Parts: sequence; structure tokens; C-alpha cells
Amino acid sequence: MKKNDWILAACILLAAVAILLFQFVRSDSGAGKVSVTVDGEIFGTYSLAEDQTVDIDGTNRLVIENGTAEMEWADCPDQICVNHRAVSREGESIICLPNQVVISVTDGEEAELDGIVQ
Amino acid sequence: MKNRAAYFGVFTALALILSYVEMLIPVSFGIPGAKLGLANLIIVVMLYKTDWKEALLLSVVRIVLAGFIFGNMFSILYSLAGGVLSLAVMAGLKRTGSFGVAGVSVAGGVSHNVGQLLVAMIVVETYQVGYYLPVLLIAGVITGLLIGIISGEVLKRIRQIDLTGERRK
Repeated sequence: MKKNDWILAACILLAAVAILLFQFVRSDSGAGKVSVTVDGEIFGTYSLAEDQTVDIDGTNRLVIENGTAEMEWADCPDQICVNHRAVSREGESIICLPNQVVISVTDGEEAELDGIVQ
Repeated sequence: MKNRAAYFGVFTALALILSYVEMLIPVSFGIPGAKLGLANLIIVVMLYKTDWKEALLLSVVRIVLAGFIFGNMFSILYSLAGGVLSLAVMAGLKRTGSFGVAGVSVAGGVSHNVGQLLVAMIVVETYQVGYYLPVLLIAGVITGLLIGIISGEVLKRIRQIDLTGERRK
């Protein structure tokens, strides 16, 4: 392996870590909302604060429990969205490509401050 | 090259077999959707043994065939975007001459994932998918590195096989 190979790999890894850190700092956990879009069109918005089960066009089933949203069932063959861990932080999303379903956490008006330093 | 069709057939078959083998052994990195991309081994070897045109043809043929056999129209679309972008980046990096097989393969693995992510963004019409970018970058580096190291070893061992059509010394 040449030296440049290592530099290239290290640069990409650094960039990835930087983006991850940025996402981690920016996102804030808290009771937000999940918006569901199908084929780019908004299907509905649901509060994370209340436990519920949402049936999305009969192809996917979203379960909201304890402030997190999780895809419980999907009719697609790959089941990637079902295996995806539950989401709760702002900006997180679960995506089911075969059914073109996107579930993303948005903070909405329920944004709360953890504290203010004066 | 006299035996071009024969060699191309053999390489296509190899790539297809590797696609199948990969399907049988689910190599999981704990990341949904991440794959080792064993078939890309053949693409990298082809890129180094012949030129980018042959490798591109092989890549497209492999993806379309594997898509029809194991996947669906969607998986063909994603794979094509990843495969073509990945090959373009690899060919470009190889031409600069300042990177080894591993580096070229790492760039290929990363751009393969980025290409698929771009298609996903267009298909689901959202930028939320971009949230997945860092994970895919890391996965691309790991798989690219593995494939690159294996490719390097393979290339070392088939040095005497000539696929470019030049007269053997």
C-alpha cells in the first residue's frame, strides 16, 4: 500500500467523523414529532409523546412508544427499515426504499430547552 | 485481443458467482444495507488488467444480470448509479498514478455508496437520507480497503496473464 492510500482513507474517515460529530451536537433529544412521507408527499405528522401505531398505506407499520419511533413491519423483501433501530433525535430518519416511505424526526413547536447558562 | 470475448465471458461469470456468494454469506458490519461488494474485486482487477472501458462494460453487464437474477429493477438502478460513479472515480484516481490499488479501491467503495445515496435522495425526494452519509463513508472505506488488498494480491499472482492484447514477451 502506498502512503497516499492511507492518507486518502484517513481523510475520508476524518470527514465522516466530523459529519457524525456535527450531527450529534446539532441534534437534541426530546419529545418531538415524526413526519411520514410516502413518495415525497406528506402522509402525516405524529407526536412522539403519545404511544400509537400508524399504518402507512398498508405497506408499513410504524410504532411510537416511550418517545421513540420504530418501524415494526414492512412488506418489502429487504426489511432494512424494520431492522433499523428506533429513532428519537431530531434529524434521524428511517427509510424504506422499496415503498418510498420516509420517517423523520422533526422537533416542531415542542422544542424545549434543557437549560440556559447565564 | 484474440480471446477478448472468451476472457470477458469468464470475468462476467466470475463477477456473477461472487455476487451470488455474497448473497449466501451475509457479511454484516452492523450497518443496514452495507455489503462487502465482492464482485467489485473483479471490476478492480479488470480495471488494472485492461482499461476503464472494459471494466465499465463488465460492471454494467454484471449489475444488469445480477439484478435480473437476484434483485429487482430498483436494485439495478441503485447499483448502476453506484457502479458507474465508482468506476469513474477509480479510473480517474488510477490515471493520476499517485495511488495504489488499495487507495483506488477505497475511493471506489466510498463513491459507490455515495452514488447509491444520491439516487436514494432523488427517488424518495428528501435530503434526510443524507443523514446516513457518514456511516456509508466509513463502510465504504472498510469494504474498499478489504477489496483493495485482495485485488492487490490477486493482481500480483496473475501478472503473467495478459489481457490487453499485446504480444507476450
